[in-house]
Amino acid sequence: MLEFLQRIFGKDSLKSSKSVAQERLRLVLMHDRLDLSPQVLEELRCDLMDVIKDYMEIDENKMEINLEQDNKCVALVANIPVVKMKRLPSH
Amino acid sequence: MGEVYVITSGKGGVGKTTTTANIGTSLAMQGYRVVLVDADIGLRNLDVVLGLENRIVYDLVDLAHGRCRMRQALIRDRRLENLYLLPAAQTKDKTAVNPEQMKELCEKLKLESDFILMDCPAGIEQGFRNAVAGADKAIVVTTPEVAAVRDADRIIGLLEASEIKDPLLVLNRIRPKMVRMGDMLDVEDVIEHLAIDMLGVVPDDESIIISTNKGEPAVLNSASKAGEAYRNISHRLAGDEVPLMNLENRGGFMDRVRRLLGLRTG
Repeated sequence: MLEFLQRIFGKDSLKSSKSVAQERLRLVLMHDRLDLSPQVLEELRCDLMDVIKDYMEIDENKMEINLEQDNKCVALVANIPVVKMKRLPSH
Repeated sequence: MGEVYVITSGKGGVGKTTTTANIGTSLAMQGYRVVLVDADIGLRNLDVVLGLENRIVYDLVDLAHGRCRMRQALIRDRRLENLYLLPAAQTKDKTAVNPEQMKELCEKLKLESDFILMDCPAGIEQGFRNAVAGADKAIVVTTPEVAAVRDADRIIGLLEASEIKDPLLVLNRIRPKMVRMGDMLDVEDVIEHLAIDMLGVVPDDESIIISTNKGEPAVLNSASKAGEAYRNISHRLAGDEVPLMNLENRGGFMDRVRRLLGLRTG
């Protein structure tokens, strides 16, 4: 009854069950869709490398990219050892 | 030349069979030649929803194996002379038909009808592959629940892998009141997650249970809200532009009070 009154009068201190469902759905779909094939990951690695190479010299063999996930989020984690910075044209 | 629509969901119990029966019946009411195929081998359901369970002699497996002619296997509806059912077999052997045979069957059915609706079994195994094999297009049915939407997402991925492009979504069993109270996922929420086109929204409606009891699809009942939603859906499939139904029932006392106070209007 209290919950009902709070809702009617807009005191929504209780999270609506819809927003809970939304959040759970968002996460579960992300987990399900995470199914990245090694091939796609390799393509991503090559593209990333090309971009970075314009700015710095990197150790291509030691470069690592992975998707990591915990309960709250999914992150693309890249570990890219830099060998040398390029001299960028000064502004 | 007709088109084959597979009606699928991944999750069981979201209303695939009801959706198939209602869309098919409504298309037939518009004058189209319609064949409904129950692809759930081993678990025959569609015949009961249509009220045709007493007329079955031959079934899909008999036809696929050439044990009968097309005309013998297709059961004509009691009410509409251009609506036919191809019932599922009650055999325990789920491998009784293969995707190749289903494809062949669909090609034959397309020659003599405008719409072929394939009621797909739940799951993503052999039954799903059979139902999808001969399909040109797909209708994905889901309900506004996390598990059902998740399975719909999986199915959409599998349909794309089977090269069935741009599936359409039917969101079933929406309860406008719960949506308004913030206790049910809304149409927009589901669309946003699944990123597919909406074919229609069907309200949760007790008249569906009554019509299933009787074996008369709800589209035949002009007073049924769900029936109206399914009629709209079938018109959209036939190419007509019909706006999404207004599910809001704005007459309630509490609604008026809330609107008066400027709180939580739907």
